[in-house]
Amino acid sequence: MTAVTIRGLTAGYDRTPVLNGVDLDIPDGELTAVLGASGSGKTTLLRVLAGFLTPRRGTVRFGDRTVVSTGGTDAAEEVLEPPERRRVGIVPQEGALFPHLSVAANVGFGLPRGSGPRIDEVLRLVGMADRAHARPQELSGGQQQRVALARALAPRPDVLLLDEPFGSLDAALRVRLRAEVTELLRSVGSTAVLVTHDQEEALSTADHVAVMRDGRVVQMGTPREVYESPADLEVARFVGDVVELPAAAGPTQAAVVCALGEVTVPGRTTGRFPEPAVVVLRPEQVVLRGRVAPEDRPSAAGTGVVRDAAYFGHDSLLRIELADGSRIPVRVPGGGPLPRPGDRVALGVLGPGRLFPA
Amino acid sequence: MRANARASTGRPPRLLILAGAVTAAVALIPLLYLVVRAGQAGWPRIVAVLARPRTLETIGTSVALAATVVLACLVVGVPAAWLIAQARLPLTGMWVVLLALPLAVPSYVAAYTWIAQFPAMHGFWAAALILTLVSFPYVLLPVTAALRTSDPALEEMARTLGDGPVRAFARATLPQVWPAAAGGALLVALYVLADFGAVALLRVDAFTRVIYSSYRASFDRVTATVLALVLVALAAALVAAERRVRGQHLRWRVAGGAQRAAMPTDLSPRARAGAVGALAALSLLALGLPLTSLTLRMIEGSRSPLQPAELVSAAAASLGTASAGAVLAVALALPVAILAGRYRTPGVRWVETLSFSGHALPGVVVGLSLVFLSLSVAPFAYQTIALLSFAYAVLFLPKAIGVIRGATEAVPQVLENTARTLGRGPLRAWAATTLRLTLPGIAAAGLMVALTAMKELPATLMLRPTGLDTLATELWTRTEVAAYGSAAPYAITLVALAAVPAWLLGRELGQDRSPRGVRR
Repeated sequence: MTAVTIRGLTAGYDRTPVLNGVDLDIPDGELTAVLGASGSGKTTLLRVLAGFLTPRRGTVRFGDRTVVSTGGTDAAEEVLEPPERRRVGIVPQEGALFPHLSVAANVGFGLPRGSGPRIDEVLRLVGMADRAHARPQELSGGQQQRVALARALAPRPDVLLLDEPFGSLDAALRVRLRAEVTELLRSVGSTAVLVTHDQEEALSTADHVAVMRDGRVVQMGTPREVYESPADLEVARFVGDVVELPAAAGPTQAAVVCALGEVTVPGRTTGRFPEPAVVVLRPEQVVLRGRVAPEDRPSAAGTGVVRDAAYFGHDSLLRIELADGSRIPVRVPGGGPLPRPGDRVALGVLGPGRLFPA
Repeated sequence: MRANARASTGRPPRLLILAGAVTAAVALIPLLYLVVRAGQAGWPRIVAVLARPRTLETIGTSVALAATVVLACLVVGVPAAWLIAQARLPLTGMWVVLLALPLAVPSYVAAYTWIAQFPAMHGFWAAALILTLVSFPYVLLPVTAALRTSDPALEEMARTLGDGPVRAFARATLPQVWPAAAGGALLVALYVLADFGAVALLRVDAFTRVIYSSYRASFDRVTATVLALVLVALAAALVAAERRVRGQHLRWRVAGGAQRAAMPTDLSPRARAGAVGALAALSLLALGLPLTSLTLRMIEGSRSPLQPAELVSAAAASLGTASAGAVLAVALALPVAILAGRYRTPGVRWVETLSFSGHALPGVVVGLSLVFLSLSVAPFAYQTIALLSFAYAVLFLPKAIGVIRGATEAVPQVLENTARTLGRGPLRAWAATTLRLTLPGIAAAGLMVALTAMKELPATLMLRPTGLDTLATELWTRTEVAAYGSAAPYAITLVALAAVPAWLLGRELGQDRSPRGVRR
């Protein structure tokens, strides 16, 4: 119905290109996060979707409705729907509530006259029914964002765009509002695009994550796919902490050898071994197998010396120096025994790693 | 607001309060004396004057003229401001400066240039046209500034919520700039009500002209007094409304962090040509025509012998009286400005408000009051340079206070406190820090007052010593006898002097175009 299809999208400001040929399929009725560092083009993509920025080339379709088609060979097929006809809703970074209107009038801005019941309905949905007559200035940051969400949802948009909507809130409120909003969006069943630079936010809230870099979508998948099977080394580093170790070819095609010993790498069946190569693990894949005596197998693979430990309560993050001198982060769950700096420990690897050219 | 500078260190010094009270009292003299005069005449006569059809007609004419000019200024000023602030046009900086400059043309100079070109011009609509052309910057400049700082995200939101471009501008952006436009409109109304030169030269029976002529026909002083008081009441209402609107402006921003700078709107080539054409036409009417007319008159005038000696002596007279007025105004303004900049007690507020009464007093009113006052209380002062300077000081005291107060507030109180901890007494600490750093502001205030006073016509006409001719009065008398050519040099000198502040203002606005970083 209203899946969003983006093909070959190139756009920018003045002469600097910001999007360099974006291809992206946003599934219908689900929440897709567009994750990227600042300058990756994610906000520009959102502005093109909303109709605030005219792209140089490319097409955008909402369902089977073409809203942008430009830069093609056939001038007759040029399409550029203005924002007011796209049926998108936006929740911008700072809410951007109309300062001269009450909460109810803000929510009713996009509705025909006499839509009182609908205004009440969406205000109830976001838990702001009791503040209908308040002025935006009287609301806290979180409340403003709720009203902005209600305003965007009120006209029942085909696509909802969220532009880092939680960025300006403090940490505790952000987590709570995030959970609430995701639940609400699922219940409404609208297609939503969440633009964010926060990988934790993207992984924890979205059904799909599109990772952007240098004006391109470099990977699109479920949060799990993106985290566990990153498309390249940079994606791996961007979506979470990594353990990167130099790797050499192992005894079989499906294994490599590194300072932690043998690690399986799935999916490498053919082709030459990349040289040099790194194997990438997540810190929680490395587990402690207990302490070893300092003189025991001093330089064997699979052991290391704890250099420091940061205690977080629910877990601890150790920095461990391996036999080859590389230092890796290792996450240890809370409650268990915690080695001290200077201890020599034996290490094991859970699950497969990913192999990339270094 | 301004919390750090305003760190009021408790009670203001008693001597300072006393000096401020003296200033407030001095500023009130013209108004109080008019009230006294009206009181002497008694209610029956006041009511009789008010009930006269001629009085009602005068009120009607003035109000209609003000309303017409305000409407015209909004119709011209708001779209022009939008073009300058939000459309992608060639030479944006130039347009702001060009369209700020009409502020520098005194209304009677503008009227003179039009009459000299089209001698048949007179009456209500001619006055409305000319007053619009000199006062539309009062709307254009604040609206331009407000549009530049308005939040572009609001208009985008309106678009995604189903509004077309025009509707989105009307529903999302206009409300943001409305206080600026309303404030400007009220200033225009005040300007029109107080204006004497244009209505007098174009023979429109508005308040100021009727007051002036009933004063000249000296048998009817009660009429002049009563009309002057009605005019002051109207002006005071406008000043009060303008202050309220200005206060509102601050409340109208939802808390928020960094705001994205607006991307200038791209117009179609035809719309762009139309926009540039409209701005050019406006500049031509407001600046080009007066300057052309002046140049032509100059050339004509040079055929009749130009008397440089007269011009020089008139310029000297203008400069002398205006400087004396400026020195007096700054001296009176200093205590009030320091009080208002540093302390916020109810007493200080009163002193400041009362000292601003000159803002609501048209030159004709101050002139009239001081004529009556000197004749009945101090005949020796009548038609002296001292009294004329005093009139200038009262009229332009609000300007001086505003500028000096701003400069005082810009100096952090902490500097003065630091000087105290380093061993200086209160007065020496103040002199070494706040006063030292405020000096440029004080000089600017003096310059502003002097330049404005040189343009003042009605008070000068009424109070100048016999035989003393200033640039303004020379221009006036020569225009009245249709000696347009010989009036030209005076007009040009006046415009050149008055252009300085307007040029500075326009340049400031023209510069801050650069966006604060475009976010992607």
